Amino acid sequence: MQRLILSKKNHITLLSGILIAIAYFGKVGIDSPVLFQWALIVASAFGLAPIGIQAYQALRVKVVSIDVLVTIAVLGAFLIREFEESAIVTFLFLFGAYLELRTLNRTRSAIKELTEMAPDSALKRAENGAFEQVEIDAVSVGDVLLVKTGAKVPVDGTVQSGEGYINEASITGESMPVGKTADSQVYAGTILENGTLQIVADRVGEDTTFGRIIEMVEEAQDSKSEAERFIDRFSKHYTPAVLLIALVVWAFSRDIELAITILVLGCPGALVIGVPVSNVAGIGNGARHGILLKGSEVIHHFSKVDTIAFDKTGTLTIGNPRVTDTELYTEDPESVFSYLASVERESDHPLAKAVMASVRDTSFFPVANTDVVKGGGIVAQVNSHRVAVGNVALMEQEQVNLNKKAMEDMAAFEQSGNTLVLTAVDGELKVLMGIRDQIRPDIKKHLQKLKLLGVKNLIVLSGDNQGTVDRVAYEIGLTEAHGHMLPEDKSHYIAALQAKGQIVAFVGDGVNDSPSLAQADIGIAMGSGTDVAIETSDVVLMNSDFSRLPHALGLTKATANNMRQNIIIAVGVVIFLLANVFFSEWMNMSIGMLVHEISILVVILNGMRLLRYRLRSQ
Amino acid sequence: MQKATIQLETLTCPSCAQKIEGAAKSLNGVEKESVQVLFNSSKVKLNFDDAQLSVSEIEKAITALGYDVKKVQVKTV
Repeated sequence: MQRLILSKKNHITLLSGILIAIAYFGKVGIDSPVLFQWALIVASAFGLAPIGIQAYQALRVKVVSIDVLVTIAVLGAFLIREFEESAIVTFLFLFGAYLELRTLNRTRSAIKELTEMAPDSALKRAENGAFEQVEIDAVSVGDVLLVKTGAKVPVDGTVQSGEGYINEASITGESMPVGKTADSQVYAGTILENGTLQIVADRVGEDTTFGRIIEMVEEAQDSKSEAERFIDRFSKHYTPAVLLIALVVWAFSRDIELAITILVLGCPGALVIGVPVSNVAGIGNGARHGILLKGSEVIHHFSKVDTIAFDKTGTLTIGNPRVTDTELYTEDPESVFSYLASVERESDHPLAKAVMASVRDTSFFPVANTDVVKGGGIVAQVNSHRVAVGNVALMEQEQVNLNKKAMEDMAAFEQSGNTLVLTAVDGELKVLMGIRDQIRPDIKKHLQKLKLLGVKNLIVLSGDNQGTVDRVAYEIGLTEAHGHMLPEDKSHYIAALQAKGQIVAFVGDGVNDSPSLAQADIGIAMGSGTDVAIETSDVVLMNSDFSRLPHALGLTKATANNMRQNIIIAVGVVIFLLANVFFSEWMNMSIGMLVHEISILVVILNGMRLLRYRLRSQ
Repeated sequence: MQKATIQLETLTCPSCAQKIEGAAKSLNGVEKESVQVLFNSSKVKLNFDDAQLSVSEIEKAITALGYDVKKVQVKTV
């Protein structure tokens, strides 16, 4: 019976609304006080049923909930034969709850979209070798699964056979499909755009990368900051306190109407719902834009950030070095380049790859007696010439004569932030190359936005030489640059800034910078949703798009503001109502309930604005 | 010790969360500090001792409050 009544709450609300309409028709339309009164009594009884049941259930577990306050108030109104008030209050309370559900679902929709991207079924190979569709929960590690074109990969696994292209946007934020063949890794929640794959499950359910992202976001939307825990504790004592005050007022004034009005006005409505609503909408907006925010504490810290420190390679730069300057000291560049390419072809050093990318059309010679000099370069025999490729130290070791022109060129190259690669043939310098990591496009604009959002210091911390770091800092408009830093130096530096009272965020790739990510007040991992990044950082930017960073900062500021607005609205409404009970004539239970329900809707709608938040382009 | 994750119907009022928390904590065999009611994702997470209590009893306590249980996952911890 209880369950039936609760499940028909919406119908009861509608019925009670109709009865109230009939009552007013009875009063105004056909002038029948009997109809007026009875319709209201029936409406009150219907409306009170679900509220009373909820109140009873709450009291059974020793919680004085809003339902308890409203139930007592309505019973009180009955007692003094104020049927009009009892009917309207129950109706407003139920109708408000209905609207709250509808609007709350909207604020939660962004995160729901994400969780609904989780795969729910898989084609699993049965013992007879045929593939059968099973629930995702029935898949365990080691199972062989079939993934067809257009389907979601159900687990994290390894490709056993077949090939295809997968859209991994749900994990990396990168929508360019990635080719997969035997032994490739595939991730749950990604989509096979074409081809067919048979995969072996390595990790299933919540253990998959996608499962962890979802779990993180879900926990984030319900995580509470210090202030919210305070509100929670406060509201636990608040409702019983309201009940007590109402009793005291009644005991002294013997005025039931005043006492029950206080009960209704004291409902904590907007206060308890305002902050969680802002939180969920803010985190939802982030999730839609590839920004994972780990909860409301992170939002508060990040919104107040003073200093953002960046790792250089892979964060400010693309992490893909290229030859940018070349100087020749030879009449016959073609053969020198083909010697150079022949030697570099054998190496998988990032600089060698950059060199190979710059020398395309060339012929290759067989290479003999290759000698890799650690920290120097490569020496080898090519076409009966001794070819040395490497840095200055290697040239000195090879006793290559560096003339004045070469020295000047080298100084100039270094000045502009290059790493030097020299090529000597038979002890004579032939080519000087300067290699640079490309700075991310538009980064200056995005850093400028961060400044406009109130970040005071933008610092690069890098293991590279100071010259390179200074140039990068100058080019993109950072305030400070520090080179020659080991990972632990970076985290010490951050700790020193924090000791000065600054709130520091660190942006890194999440792999080799974990000490700094952990040390900073806000660790921001950029690049992809890898496990390490999710574990150690507070904010994860799902792909390498730097523009998400200003959006993330703007969003946390907007969310923190939104929470503040909601608290002010909620507290303001309660103060306003209580003041009016004592100092005005027009205040009664129905108006109090109306104002309460409106204030709840106002805070929810205010929170909902965050879903549409976008950084204004400056 | 078992860890249960219980997906409920959509929760709409924070006081619902309070009620569910109270109900879960009142059960013998539930580790009180572990009880977490996630308001926005409408989930209950808790640890319980399966020698003293079965997961269906926890479910029953929650449905008795008037909230539908949609899905239950239990993991050994």
